[in-house]
Amino acid sequence: MALTGIEIFKLLPGGQRPPHPKANCKECGIPTCMAFAMKLAAKQVELAACPYVSEESKTKLAESSAPPIRLITLKGPGSSIKAGNEVCLFRHEKTFYNKPGLFVRVKASQANIAAEVAKADAYKVNYVGMDFTVDGFAVEADTLSGTSDPTKFADAVKAVRSATKRPLILVAKDAKVLEAGAAALPGETPLLYGADSANWEAMGDLAKKLNAPLAVCADNLDTLADLTDKLKGKGLEDFVIDPSSTKLGASIAKYTQIRRLALKNFRALGFPVISFACNAADEGIAAAQAIAKYAGFVVLDKFVPELLYGLLVLRENIYTDPQKPIQVTPGIYEINNPKPESPVLITTNFSITYFAVANEVEGSGLPAWLLVCDAEGMSVLTAWAAGKFDSERIAKAIKGFNVASKVSRKRVVLPGHVAVLSGELEAELPDWEIRVGPREAVDLPGYMKTALNN
Amino acid sequence: MPVEIPKDKWTGKVREVSFGATAADGGTRSKSIVVGGDTTLPYMQFEAPTPHTPVIAVEIKSRRPEDWSTLLEETWGDAMNDPASWAKAAEAAGADALVLWLTLADTPEDAVKATKAVLAASALPLMVFGPGQVEKDNELLVAVSEAAKGEKLVLGICEDKNYRTIVATAMANGHLVSARTPMDVNLAKQLNILITDMGLPANRIIMDPTTGALGYGIEYGYSVMERLRLASLQGDGMTQFPMMVTVGFEAWKAKESKVGTGVPEAWGDWKARAIHWETLTTTALLESGASIVVLRHPESMKRIRAAINELMAA
Ligand code: B12
Ligand code: SF4
Repeated sequence: MALTGIEIFKLLPGGQRPPHPKANCKECGIPTCMAFAMKLAAKQVELAACPYVSEESKTKLAESSAPPIRLITLKGPGSSIKAGNEVCLFRHEKTFYNKPGLFVRVKASQANIAAEVAKADAYKVNYVGMDFTVDGFAVEADTLSGTSDPTKFADAVKAVRSATKRPLILVAKDAKVLEAGAAALPGETPLLYGADSANWEAMGDLAKKLNAPLAVCADNLDTLADLTDKLKGKGLEDFVIDPSSTKLGASIAKYTQIRRLALKNFRALGFPVISFACNAADEGIAAAQAIAKYAGFVVLDKFVPELLYGLLVLRENIYTDPQKPIQVTPGIYEINNPKPESPVLITTNFSITYFAVANEVEGSGLPAWLLVCDAEGMSVLTAWAAGKFDSERIAKAIKGFNVASKVSRKRVVLPGHVAVLSGELEAELPDWEIRVGPREAVDLPGYMKTALNN
Repeated sequence: MPVEIPKDKWTGKVREVSFGATAADGGTRSKSIVVGGDTTLPYMQFEAPTPHTPVIAVEIKSRRPEDWSTLLEETWGDAMNDPASWAKAAEAAGADALVLWLTLADTPEDAVKATKAVLAASALPLMVFGPGQVEKDNELLVAVSEAAKGEKLVLGICEDKNYRTIVATAMANGHLVSARTPMDVNLAKQLNILITDMGLPANRIIMDPTTGALGYGIEYGYSVMERLRLASLQGDGMTQFPMMVTVGFEAWKAKESKVGTGVPEAWGDWKARAIHWETLTTTALLESGASIVVLRHPESMKRIRAAINELMAA
């Protein structure tokens, strides 16, 4: 966390004891060192404006302005994924920024690696207009005890790389094995997993050589902090932390402790966390916990579309900025090539609402005009209750988007949940036929086929 | 490097609330259930133990629902035909408590009959919910409340529009209320104030801050529950109530759980997806502060039970 104005002041000429001879010299253009410190804390001035800050203070100030959780980027030839740079404990305090990467595990001994990976790699699912995919793959050496064969591991990595261009996590406890795997990924930034109390020197040397982020693993925070500290001594800066718990109770505690410490500027743990949900008793539940509770990377056991879809949606929901609901642009949308006689369906611009309706109509194959009103990104009933979706607004949208010019039959369909608006809307739009549709979008196709056809 | 673990020090505490009266308390339940009592954020057991294991309640209906997913019909089968056999099946499936959810088609006599049948079929602590329409809820719940006097039921849905009637009958007959507000900290607080002002003891209120399912607004429910728990720990007395959420109801309303055909292939296997929809939603909400989760599918109950055991073991 950034230093406060007072803390910064203590590092400036005026705050030193005894004060620096140039204290309050105004050369920075600000009347006092204290005022300068306040402006610095508010990021309204640059430190460089003061010529008299000591080197020691400069280092401290630079450190304090670094993000509390280091941004780690993994790169494959086709895409990259970032974790870190988070600033809060609860999403309502600000928002969560970098969605945790979802990785699928591949074991080096597995048969048909390339085919399995290709399936997962091709996966794409749409949620309210956004396409989601897996973020990468974790290739795991046959045994973590270090007896696996470097050549076999390298072959497995090559097989994976032949089937995907996404970033990889290489998992082995023997630096030689990892090195052989990494050699198959020239020019990339994989995550090396991982360093523990036994192998950290060799792993550190490898990470340094490859200039790749290194995961550190231990089941307690003391050892984790120790490891990153020692490895920093080797000149490394990019780490990912694995607190190695597979039980939900221990992991929620440790992940929270790490996030809290990081936000308090405890540098030894100021890195994204990786969760091997694949090793938990129920990987779906473990992954859900990891997504909500601070993981930067989540490793799943297999490619299971029905689970992946749920996790991708959860991740999107948790990482949605609480200040801005996901919205679509108000306007008139054409579904299945509507003709002048096609009906006009009315809805709001909350993404979830819009897509619930649009997907149903699209799936039915029936043509319609979908008029999306500006309801400040709220669902039908929420907007109605908040006074953002009333007959006046609907009438305004119909006129504003010049809907009359597109249709031969002036007919609008209201969502069933706001049937109460039909009377007022008739008054607002005397030459329009006002219909009330079903309450739920799933029933729209049936309604359009029957009730609307007469 | 020895790391000093930062521990939060809170002044507030969530009230302990118990429902379901045993013979000793003048009821017929095999046990009472206690929830609440938390002095820190959910499962931060390095600060303070989580005092009571979260409760898995199962939703059963007074009459066979027509709009439930066929996946649910498959698993409950004929038990869904009458609330007594459904209650037995739910107990056998491992429920801690039951939620008997009445319907708009019920008369007060139907509601009383269903409640009595459930009380006779299962000795688990019971909550009885109206269909969610103010006048109907009042009508049905008053009858149920009187007929089950002394059982320490939880009566819902108690909202700003009908709290007076429901609170009055809960007071007169020794029950609790489930106070529901639409995902808003201040509205929750305000309703709790109104209810306690009527004289219902505060340890007979459970809050239902409302949630949405995964993909359908879970983020709002999640954050409101986090904020309510934080407010209660910071000492705001009118937020210090245990929370319940009707996760099964929300999750099984989602298209992802409800239907298996005409959906994108990328959604994968229907049944597995539906269970994930319920369990993933529940996991997130347990960790944001729910003490009681109301579920629908036995497989979800099993998985959530295992998850709760792990969370409690810490
Ligand atoms: C999430 C939520 C919120 C979120 C907002 C989310 C958002 N961006 O809209 C938050 C927490 C901010 C919120 C706030 C409020 N909310 Co609110 N909220 C909900 C909740 C839980 C879910 C709404 C939702 O997202 N539904 C999903 C979407 C997809 O549904 P939908 O838009 O209705 O679309 C469906 C149908 O209408 C239909 N459909 C849509 N368009 C069309 C078009 C046609 C032609 C047809 C046929 C069908 C159709 O298809 C869709 C899928 O079936 C509901 C309760 C619930 N469980 O439903 C309450 C609810 C809507 N909220 C309610 C209230 C009162 C409020 C507040 C006024 C509370 C307050 N006083 O602060 C505020 C208002 C906001 C404000 N002042 O800023 C009430 C409304 C009561 C009423 N009947 O009037 C509800 C019903 C809760 C309740 N039971 O009391 N809310
Ligand atoms: S330049 Fe500004 S901050 Fe630096 S010593 Fe002078 S007054 Fe203080």
